[in-house]
Amino acid sequence: MDINKLKEGRKLLKEFKYDLGSIEKGYTNRTLYVNISENKIESKEVTPLMKEKFIGGKGFGLYTLWHGTTPSTKWNDPENEIVISGGPVCGITQYPGAGKSLVCSISPMTDIPIDSNVGGYFGPYLKFSGWDALEVQGKAENDIVVFIDGDNGVVRIEEAPLEAVDSHVIAEQLTEMYAENEADKRNISVISAGTAAEHSRMGLLNFSFYDVRRKVQRFKQAGRGGIGTVFRDKKIKAIIIKFSNVKGDLNNAVDKAIINKAGLKLHKEMHYLDDKQNRMRQVGTAYSQEIMSAYDLLPVMNFQYGGHEDVKKISPDVFKNNYLTQGMADGCWYGCSMACAKTADGFELLTGPYKGQKVTVDGAEYETLAGCGSNCGIFDPRAILEINFYCDTYGIDTISYGTSMAFVMECYERKIINKEFTGGLELKFGNFEDSIEVLHQMSRGEGFGLILGQGVHRMKKIFAEKCGADPDFLFDIGMEQKGLEYSEYVSKESLAQQGGFGLTNKGPQHDEAWIIFMDMVNNQIPTFEDKAEALYYFPMFRTWFGLYGLCKLPWNDVTPANNKFTSEPAKIPEHVQNYLDVVYGVTGKKLNTTEMVRESERVYNFQRIFNIRLGKGLRANDKIPYRSAGPVTKEEYEARQERFDGQLKEILNYDVEGKTTEEKMAVLRKHRESQYEKLIDAVYKRRGWNSNGVPTIERLKDLGMDLPELIEVVKDMQ
Amino acid sequence: MKYLAKDQSKCIQCGQCEEVCSTTYFKTKDKFKSCIQINEVESKPEINVCSQCGECIDICPVQAITRDKLGVVRINKKICVGCLMCVGFCPEVAMRQHDEYLEPFKCIACGLCAKSCPQKAISVEVYQEALAEN
Repeated sequence: MDINKLKEGRKLLKEFKYDLGSIEKGYTNRTLYVNISENKIESKEVTPLMKEKFIGGKGFGLYTLWHGTTPSTKWNDPENEIVISGGPVCGITQYPGAGKSLVCSISPMTDIPIDSNVGGYFGPYLKFSGWDALEVQGKAENDIVVFIDGDNGVVRIEEAPLEAVDSHVIAEQLTEMYAENEADKRNISVISAGTAAEHSRMGLLNFSFYDVRRKVQRFKQAGRGGIGTVFRDKKIKAIIIKFSNVKGDLNNAVDKAIINKAGLKLHKEMHYLDDKQNRMRQVGTAYSQEIMSAYDLLPVMNFQYGGHEDVKKISPDVFKNNYLTQGMADGCWYGCSMACAKTADGFELLTGPYKGQKVTVDGAEYETLAGCGSNCGIFDPRAILEINFYCDTYGIDTISYGTSMAFVMECYERKIINKEFTGGLELKFGNFEDSIEVLHQMSRGEGFGLILGQGVHRMKKIFAEKCGADPDFLFDIGMEQKGLEYSEYVSKESLAQQGGFGLTNKGPQHDEAWIIFMDMVNNQIPTFEDKAEALYYFPMFRTWFGLYGLCKLPWNDVTPANNKFTSEPAKIPEHVQNYLDVVYGVTGKKLNTTEMVRESERVYNFQRIFNIRLGKGLRANDKIPYRSAGPVTKEEYEARQERFDGQLKEILNYDVEGKTTEEKMAVLRKHRESQYEKLIDAVYKRRGWNSNGVPTIERLKDLGMDLPELIEVVKDMQ
Repeated sequence: MKYLAKDQSKCIQCGQCEEVCSTTYFKTKDKFKSCIQINEVESKPEINVCSQCGECIDICPVQAITRDKLGVVRINKKICVGCLMCVGFCPEVAMRQHDEYLEPFKCIACGLCAKSCPQKAISVEVYQEALAEN
C-alpha cells in the first residue's frame, strides 16, 4: 500500500475551518452539514425543540432527515441524506455500551426512513470533535472522502480516485494515511461501505474501531436498510474522523459520581455473572443460538423450521474452541465490559478476490450465524465466517443477505427458479460454494448477484414475472415486510413476536421489539393483554436507547442476581434505574420510567408519520407474510403435526380426526391470521393510533407532538 | 515480582498505612484515596491491597496497564480513558477509583506504608518465580 500515491490522487474540493467549541451536559449544541453536490459545509444550531422533543441520536437523525427531504424524495435523489448522531450519553466511558451512533436515511429497500444503530468509535469522536450530528446531503460527481479533523477543527471534502472500496482495505489505507504513528491509530475511525453496496440495495456501513492488541481496524455495522447503498450512490468512499486524547469526562457530565456508581455496578455484574449467564464475553451474541434452537425458534431453511440436528456443528462452543480469540478487550467502545465483539483472527479465506489472505473476521454474531448459517442450511462454521467476512468487506447486510439467500434456496428447491435462471449456480440449501459465488457476483455487479441484491421484496416480483411463480405463494414464504428482510427468529409460535416484527416502523428488525425470548423462553407475557402491552412498552423502551447513544445489550444480556425476584423481571428494573441515573448524571435531567417512555413515544410517532408522509405507515403495510405466523406448506405442518393438531383441538375445539393436512392448515391459518388482526387492534389502540394505524391528533397533543408539519400529514386520515 | 505482602493477624487497624499512602499520592488524609485499605471482615482485620496478579492488564481496552521491569502492575494515566473496567474486574477488589479523579489508582509496592506500619504487618517482597516468568 503506497499512501503517498493515494495522496497524489487526491483533489481538495472544499475545506471548512471551525472552532472546536465545547460540550455541555452531553451536547455540543450544533450539527455539521456537508453537501457534496455543492461542496458546501456549514454548522447548524441545535434548537431547544430538538433537544426537548427529539433528544438526540435517532431523534436528531429523523428530524434532520424530515426537514432535508420532501414527500417525494427517493433513496437515490441527491436530497436524500445520511444522518449520523450519537445522542447526549454517547461517549461516556464508564457505563457499558455507551458508544452507539444512529444512522438515518431514506432506504433503498423500503422507500421509508431506516434507522440503524452501530458501535465503533465514530459516534463518540464526532461529538468530541464538536458535533451532535453529521448530516450528509447531495451526490458527488466523482468518488470522494470526507475528513473531519476533530483535533484542529477542519473538515475537508476531497476527491479520492485511488483508494479501495472494500472496507477491510480502505479502512487500513486511511488509518495509515491519517495516523501519525501506531499509537495514533486508535484516534482514527473510518466509515466505509464496499463494492457490493454499489450493485445491490442491501449495502451497509462499516464503522471502524482500532484494536490496539490485534493492530487492525475492526468494524461494527450499521447494517439494516441499505444505507451503504445510499453512501456509494452518493459516491462517498469513506468518512474519516480523527480525535485524540479521549478521556472519561469529555461530555462535561453534571454528576460523574452517579455515572461511576452505575458503571461499576454493571462491570461487577459482568465480572461475576456473565460466565454463569450468557457468556457474552466468551462467545458474544451467538450464545442465544443454542437456546433458540432448543425452543424451536432458530430459522432453518428459510424459516420453515425452528431447529435442526446439525445445529450443534455451529454451536457457540464450536466457534469459541476453534476460531474466536479469547481474553481480549472486545468492546466496540471504551468501557464496554460486555465485550461482545468476538473475533476470529488469522482466518484464511478460501474464495474470492482475497483468497489466501489471512484476515480478522468480526463475528459471527447471532443474526449472521442464523441468517447465513442455519437459515441457508449451512452448518459449517468456516463457511459462515467466510460469508461473514465477505458480507462485511463488500458492505452487505448479513441479515438481508441471509434471508434473501434462504428465500432463493427455497425457490430453487421448489423448482420456482432453475439453474438456467441462476446462471448455472445450484442454489440448494447448504451449498456454500455456489451461494458465496452469488456474493462475489454482487461485488462485481454481475449475474444472479444483481438479482439477489434487490432483496426478497423485489425478487418476489421478478420470480412471478419471469419464472411464472404464484405470487401468493411467494408472498407467504418471502420473509420481508415493508421491503426489509426479517431478522433471524422464527415467530410462528410467538404471537407477540409476530407483532414485534410486523408492527415496527422500519420493517421487521428485532431491535425495535425483540420480545420472543421473554414470550417463548422465559414465559413472562403469557396472556393476550400482556402481549399487547409488551408491544406498547418494549418498542418505546427500546427506541429510547437510540435517542441517547446507548446499546441495548447491557440492559438485558446480563441481569442482576436478584432480578427474577423483582416485580417486573422482563423489564429488568435495576438496569432501567441505572439508565435513568446515567442520563441524570450526564444531562442533569431527572426522568422517571413514565417520562422515559414518553420521550421515545414522541420520536416513535414522528417516525410513523414520516412513513405515512412517504406513502407507507398504514395498516396495510403492517401485514405480515404467513411464514412468520404459521406453517405455509404441508411439510412444515407435518414436521410439527402434534403441536398444530393439539392447538386445533385445544384452542378451536376442532376435531382433527380424518382431516387432511390441507384442511387443518386452512383452519389454523384462519385462526392465526385473525389473532394477528386482533393483536393489531389492541396494539394500535394502546399506542394511540386509529384502526388504520394513524396516530390520532389527540395522542399527538397529549405527547406534545402536535407539530404543524405532523398534523398536516395526519389531519385528513383521522 | 515485587508486591506488598501482608500478615493480617498482625494488623491492629491503626490506619497508619492508609494515611501514608493517601498523603503521599493525593496530599490528603483520606482512606478512600489510599491504595491500601484496612477493612474488618467478621470482626477480624482485612488488609486489602493489590497482589500484582495482572488480571487488569488484559481487561484494559487501551493497554494503559502494563507490568514494569520489577513486575509491578502500573497504570499509564495519560493513556487511560477512565472506563473503570479494571476496577470492576479486579479479583482482589483492590483496584481503586475515586469520583474526584478520572483514572483509577492502585498499589505500586513502593513500600512507604510498610515502613510506617508499627506491627510489621506489611512488607515489600519479591516473588521470584513470577518475576522469572515475566
